[in-house]
Amino acid sequence: MSKEKHPLSDYLREDRMPHMWCPGCGIGIAVSAFLNALKQSRYGQDDVVLVSGIGCAGRVAGYVKLDSFHTTHGRAIPFAEGLKAASPKTKVVVFSGEGDLMSIGGNHFIHAGRKNMSITILCVNNLNYAMTGGQVSPTTPAKAITATAPFGSFCQPFNLPFIAEAAGAVYVARWTVFHVRQLQKAILEAIHKKGMSFVEIISPCPTLYERRNQMGTALSRMNFYRENTVIKNGASTKDAVMDLDKPFIVGKFVDDDSKLTYLEAMNEYYDTTFSCDANYHTYTGSKI
Amino acid sequence: MKAKLDGVLTGVHYMDGDQAACEGALAAGCRYIAGYPITPSTETVERFAQRIPCVGGIFMQMEDEIASSIAIQGAVWGGAKAMTVTSGPGFSLMMEHIGYAIMTETPCVFVDVQRGGPSTGLPTMPSQSDLMQARWGSHGDYDLIALCPNSPQECFDLMICAFNFSERFRIPVMFMMDECIGHMTEKVVIPHPDDIEITPRRYTAKRPQDYLLYGPCDDLVPEMPEIGKGYHFHITGLTHDERGYPDMTVDAQHRLIHRLIHKIKNYKNGIVMVEADDLDNAEVVVLSFGITSRIADRAIIDAKNSGIKTGKIRLKTIWPFPDELVKNVSQKARAIVVPEINAGQIVREVERAATDRCRIISVPHYGGGVHRVETIYDAIIEGAKVE
Ligand code: SF4
Repeated sequence: MSKEKHPLSDYLREDRMPHMWCPGCGIGIAVSAFLNALKQSRYGQDDVVLVSGIGCAGRVAGYVKLDSFHTTHGRAIPFAEGLKAASPKTKVVVFSGEGDLMSIGGNHFIHAGRKNMSITILCVNNLNYAMTGGQVSPTTPAKAITATAPFGSFCQPFNLPFIAEAAGAVYVARWTVFHVRQLQKAILEAIHKKGMSFVEIISPCPTLYERRNQMGTALSRMNFYRENTVIKNGASTKDAVMDLDKPFIVGKFVDDDSKLTYLEAMNEYYDTTFSCDANYHTYTGSKI
Repeated sequence: MKAKLDGVLTGVHYMDGDQAACEGALAAGCRYIAGYPITPSTETVERFAQRIPCVGGIFMQMEDEIASSIAIQGAVWGGAKAMTVTSGPGFSLMMEHIGYAIMTETPCVFVDVQRGGPSTGLPTMPSQSDLMQARWGSHGDYDLIALCPNSPQECFDLMICAFNFSERFRIPVMFMMDECIGHMTEKVVIPHPDDIEITPRRYTAKRPQDYLLYGPCDDLVPEMPEIGKGYHFHITGLTHDERGYPDMTVDAQHRLIHRLIHKIKNYKNGIVMVEADDLDNAEVVVLSFGITSRIADRAIIDAKNSGIKTGKIRLKTIWPFPDELVKNVSQKARAIVVPEINAGQIVREVERAATDRCRIISVPHYGGGVHRVETIYDAIIEGAKVE
């Protein structure tokens, strides 16, 4: 009896299956959207490096059959920047969660936008810290209940597309894991942009967030996404706020990679305006 | 392997320790620094930023020291030799990533130009009080190498050792300068590249299908894979097995930590570098390092002039600590005098290694300046007394 091959088996570390994600978790959908996008892309399997931080989404690095790095909490982005600087030909993708990228790693995120390092950041946003048991995250909607906000969160959440755009991202999109096709297309677009591209992936965490907030099963959450998302390509990122149970917008909000990336700007600057001091060896134009 | 011509500023120079450390790094092949400005270390990265466009490499000023200490590790896996440079407060922020470099066996160099602490302390004044932090600052058990230069020349020379050790053992090496050495300007002779021996990265030549990320290796140091070559390897800070896959078991933890510690321990003799003089008949031995060793030198001359047989140990390698040497000395000498610009850190190691065989006299200094020669001299006189 021949065993049927998983369509993504070439891109997955099958020797690490079963994975650790809960039934109904959205991270698996996000991973397959990414890998399908990668298959369609102009990148071969050896052209891409995946970098994750810590958390449920941080485990993605461990399951994809790519050169992959599971770094420290919040620091996937600076690791990715260093790698990109040393190996500009490599496509560097950061895949992690919103707690990792936007709380402990938030400063790195905005500075990656400022520098316009050519990396793609895929952020699974499941509205809470899942790996540690469902605590408040930077995107937990006000009034949502979490392990550390048992009476509901008092704070207004971050609007990630708005922050990404303000920081300087050249590409900003948001989809839920219900929007599989659009998500895959957005990732495909994002990984071909030069500069810092960003895709927010709204994903259920049925084990913690949905359960605590009595939002039903993973399936009912998918229905919620279907019924309560408004597709608005080109919308102002200001309008991408997410409330506890109100409709929210998804779509592609920013798409303009005309500005120079960090390495482009650096090399252009050195090439055109830099002349080496006579004491030093002549600049050969070699770049690492 | 010999040094690459581009980075080596062969000749006789007059430069400070921070700059010499930068030149040492360039000569060693460092082509990526990520850093964040902090006194008294900034001159190193400033010089690198100025030099690197000519050499061909990248300096990135990061948003903070945490970013710097992990960006260099990304750069290493991207193929560069890399380091970061900081001082006390920044060094404190980098601790987690020293652990990451240990766990992932990422060769890199951390420079700490020590200033008075704790906290903001004395930003422009010297100290030698981060030595225990360099050894133990990241959580968990591990072993690493820390070097301590005592002149701008040695900032150059030992920096090459630092990079070579980092590649040889696949570890982060701590380069422990102090404000005096960093800001002291002296003659620095930079040799011709042919006279600089460089340890290349230990890349594997095995084919992906024959390669195990942490497979068996005689010297306990596994070969590294290159990215983009089909290895599809996985690097994690989690405890992992030979494939690099997370393995949360007592067994895996035991095997991994044991190897990480013993890859250094087993080769300690090749790592420990000391300058030792007149130890054979010494009544008193002064053990010091960094700027303090240069003040101790004067006190040793004065003590000899007063008729006391005085020996000298100067540590170039702080970690691992030269237990054997100190043990031997403690069996013969009457006392070991340990001046250091801290409340007494390395003296604990001396006490541990000497195990009660002779008197140990700590000569602490809380930082902000250096010892007075007389203070060390008096301690030598005290140590020479027959009890
Ligand atoms: S805890 Fe939540 S985010 Fe983590 S695997 Fe389970 S469902 Fe997914």
